[in-house]
Amino acid sequence: MVLVNGMVTLFLAGGLFFTLVGSIGLLRFPDFYTRLHATGKCDTLGTSLILIGLIIHHLFHYSGTPLVPVRLLFLVFFIFIANPAATHALMKAAYEVGVKPWKLGDERR
Amino acid sequence: MISIFLISSMLIIFAIFLSLYRAILGPGVFNRVAAVNVIGTKTIALLVLIGYYTERPEFFDIALLYAMLNFIGTLVFARYLERGELWS
Repeated sequence: MVLVNGMVTLFLAGGLFFTLVGSIGLLRFPDFYTRLHATGKCDTLGTSLILIGLIIHHLFHYSGTPLVPVRLLFLVFFIFIANPAATHALMKAAYEVGVKPWKLGDERR
Repeated sequence: MISIFLISSMLIIFAIFLSLYRAILGPGVFNRVAAVNVIGTKTIALLVLIGYYTERPEFFDIALLYAMLNFIGTLVFARYLERGELWS
């Protein structure tokens, strides 16, 4: 049981690391495209790692109801498809409207 | 395990506040929409963590619904900003 708790804690710590790094990238990067580059991948991986850790927690601690975390598995699947698609749609819309990409030496915007 | 869930929820709320800076002060519409999308994705993880903290699995259904609404909202907003109208 200690091993399972340690594995769940490891998954949660990895997910929190990626989530916080994505948020810091959203704050610190100089451009719209670079900000989406930071968050579009870090958020997907971070949320998916947290959900996978919680699935492991459920399977070992509440073993009487093994059908409940199927919802969480579907949620991981949906996030892996939907979040990059939304990021791509937003970035394509910004490119069509005419937001200029940032080059070295420009102002932050 | 319960205290680990509480600490994780607090760290996710801290990340949400970091993103909220970009959602409020970000220059232009696109930065704000991207920040709102990020906040919605973090909220899914926060809802599932709250569901395990209070031991109520009803929160998983709310998280599923929130994921779908977040995705569709971002897509509709991107289409509206690209074309200037929704139905055409």
